Order: sequence, then structure tokens, then C-alpha cells
Amino acid sequence: MPGRGVAWRRAAGPAVFVLCLVPLAVLLARGAAGGLGANPIEALTRGLGDWALRLLVLTLALTPVRRLTGWTALARFRRMLGLFAFFYAALHVTSYVALDQFFDWRAIGLDIVKRRYMTVGMVAFALLLPLALTSTGAMIRRLGAARWKRLHRLVYVAGAAAVLHYFFMVKADVREPLIYGAVVAVLLAARIGGR
Amino acid sequence: MILRSDDPSAPKPSEITPKALYLDRRRFIAAGVAALGLSAVPAKAAVVIRSTVPGGPAVADKPTARDSATGYNNFYEFGTDKEDPQRNAHTLRPDPWSVRVEGAVAKPGALAVEDLIRPHVLEERVYRLRCVEGWSMVIPWIGVPLRDVLARFEPTLGAKFVAFETLLDPERMPGQRRSVLEWPYREGLRIDEAMHPLTLLAVGMYGEVLPNQNGAPVRLVVPWKYGFKSIKSIVRISLVEAQPPTSWGRSAPGEYGFYSNVNPTVDHPRWSQAKERPIGSFLRRDTLMFNGYADQVAGLYAGMDLRKDF
Repeated sequence: MPGRGVAWRRAAGPAVFVLCLVPLAVLLARGAAGGLGANPIEALTRGLGDWALRLLVLTLALTPVRRLTGWTALARFRRMLGLFAFFYAALHVTSYVALDQFFDWRAIGLDIVKRRYMTVGMVAFALLLPLALTSTGAMIRRLGAARWKRLHRLVYVAGAAAVLHYFFMVKADVREPLIYGAVVAVLLAARIGGR
Repeated sequence: MILRSDDPSAPKPSEITPKALYLDRRRFIAAGVAALGLSAVPAKAAVVIRSTVPGGPAVADKPTARDSATGYNNFYEFGTDKEDPQRNAHTLRPDPWSVRVEGAVAKPGALAVEDLIRPHVLEERVYRLRCVEGWSMVIPWIGVPLRDVLARFEPTLGAKFVAFETLLDPERMPGQRRSVLEWPYREGLRIDEAMHPLTLLAVGMYGEVLPNQNGAPVRLVVPWKYGFKSIKSIVRISLVEAQPPTSWGRSAPGEYGFYSNVNPTVDHPRWSQAKERPIGSFLRRDTLMFNGYADQVAGLYAGMDLRKDF
């Protein structure tokens, strides 16, 4: 049965791709059905931010988990998950700009300058942007593997900034941001220790 | 029946309850009799008058959908997500309920909530509610002016501030098992704020008894201050000499001042306060000084630096 493993591996890529789109589909469907509660814009923006952070953490987890388990196939999904994290982060920012602030650029600018959770959030997004742009094979070749790798270590800074953004945003109940923070810290420690 | 008083928020005869609200009123009384135990309600308390407060919501400000006002709440005693209070507040058991009034009063005492309210005329007041988080609602409350209630306990000269406390009972308020805030929830007003005719002790909304998640059976409504000042499910009212501590003030003194008047020119560190999103509306709109009640309350703060006393 030589074909079976190959077929699985072929199906896995598209399956993960579709799986990553499920949260977006659910948010949009709930929004269309009026199922996002009394403040749907806030619910949509936060939902997109939640998934950006989850996918970012998942991306960071792939290499440590691969080393721990020896499951090498995981490495194939690193780029896709990273790009989906960026995709949800971009939608999160778009929802804030277009729906929450309705393109009030002055208010947006002041928010970014004056509110530390906004400042840190924008830093996280700005750090993800060059990583998404240099994610192609052609860009890896152009930059050279060593320089590319150094650049992409920024993902840890972006992950930490994203958690800090969440931590600064909540008023009193910091339990969830602390859980994300602990997970990112463990993943970072695993990378530093395991190199 | 027309009721008059020197209360500036009292309705003009033209503003007396329209038919639809009258029907709502009947619904409230029916529900109120059951839930508040107002079975022996004297005629006076069975009248709900509608006060369209000057400076209150403009005609265009329709009340927020009831489902939103009862399904999107900050009431950390039942969880920190907005949907948590509606889901979890069934454990509250607001009946029977006793409120203790004490401190600098000649006649302190603990009264059942129905005895606290019964001697007064219930009024319906449509007030704007502005949350410190940048969203707002318009809510038809039913209640009595706090000052009329406090007057019965005869405040003495030492009563400079009023301190309020929510119930402390982790069995009935499961959110209190986590120390997200200092429990019980505490709030406070200066005595002149407490005695202001706009300040309401509410027992109902939308023509019915307060739902648990909105602060049953009795809560404060101070419409010119951010919503967290309007403490819910009150069990203790103390008239005191010194400015009392507040839960959010203790949690983050730089963010939640004692006054916390709605003020579009003084930003919260986390949010600009210049605009607000009315719940149910796509666009934000400008926030008004003192939430639109400046004509009535600005005088309370004459000479104060509202940047410092935020």
C-alpha cells in the first residue's frame, strides 16, 4: 500500500487550509445571522484578533513540537499557519479601521499614539508584515537563508507584542492574556534551549 | 392623575405617560407585585409617572433594544464577559432583599427593599447610559429619586459622602470566587451628587422589574457619570464623613477617578472618550459633556479642575 501515506500527505495541506478558514466563516455567518450580540463590531474585531493570536501561537509551537515528537511532517505547515495568522491579524486591523472607527484617521492616529495597547498591537502587526511579504521561496533565495532566518526570528517579538496588546487591553481580568503569555514564554524558552 | 413637585426633572402635564407606556406600567405593577412583594402597595406607589428630563435623550434617541440592555452587561460578580451576567445571574435570588442605611443618619436601619421604595412615587426616567468603554445605551428606568429615600433616614451634618455596597455572597454571585476586583463592589457619591434630583434608585427597567443581570432588586443610576458608578444589587448605603474607596478606583487609581463624570475632553488611558458607539448603531457619535446633562449638573463641579478630579 504505497499510495496511502502519499494520499494522506497530499490531502493534509488543503485540509489545514480549509480548517484555518473555518473561524472566519463562523464569525461571518454569525454576523450575518445577527448572532454576534449587542455590539457585533466589537465581537467581530475581537474574534478576529483572538484567531490571529491563536494561529500565531500555533505557528510558534510547530518547531518545538516537531523536535519533541520527531513528527517532521509538521514543518510543512509552518508557512501556511504563519500566513493565516497574518491574514487574521490583517482582518482584525481592517475591522478596527473600517467598522469600528469607520476610517476616522485622526481618531485612529491618536489611538495608536496615545493608547499603549494600540501602540503595541500596531507594532505586532507591523512586525508580521515583512515576514508575510518574504514568505515565498523566491524571497528566501533572494535574501539568502541565513539573513532570511534572522529576519524571521522577529515572529517571536511579534508574538510577545501581540500578547502584550491583549494584556494591556483587558481592564481587570488578565487570566487569558496571562495564559497566552505563559505559552509564548515556554515556546520561546524551548527554542532558545533546544538550539 | 398629575403629580407635581419642585423637582426640575418632574414631567410637564404634556409628558405624562402615553398609552403604550401606561400599559407597560401596568405590566410593571403586575410584575412588581409578584417579584417585589408590593401586594399592599398604597395608591401612591402604584403610579408611575414619566419624566422626560430636560437634557435627557432627544426624541431621536430611541431606547436601546431591551435584549441588548439585558444581554450586554458589565457585572463582574457574574463573569467578566459581556454575555456572562445574563447567562449566570439566575443564582442571585433577589427576593427577599434587605438594604441597610447607616452612618451619619438620625434614623439608621435595615429595610426590606419593598419598604424602602413603597412610600415613594415610582417614576419612569429615560436616561442615557455611557459606559467608560466607549459604548452607550438609552434606558427607560423605573425608580425613585435617591434623595427622597435618604431623606427618610434624616442625614446629619456629618454626611459628606454616600458609600454604596453590593451584596457579598460568592454562592449567589459566583464571579466573586475570583478576585478580579475587591469584593464587595463599592461605589460612592458626594452628598450633593447623591441628593441631586437626577440620581435615581432604580427597581425596574423597560416597564418591568429589574432583571438580575441589570442589578436586581435595587440599583443606583447616575446618568451623568460613567456606568460603573451606577452600582448594582445594593445591600448597604452608608452616609460618611470622608470620601469612600471605590472598587475600580482601588483596582486602577489612574484610570477610574472618584468622580468619573462623562467628559469627552478627558481621555481614559485605554480609550478616547470623545466619541461613543450607541449600541445598535453602526456609526460612533460625539460624547456630550456630563453625558448631555450639563445644564443640570455642571454647577456641582464649579471651580473644580475636571482633569485632576476625573
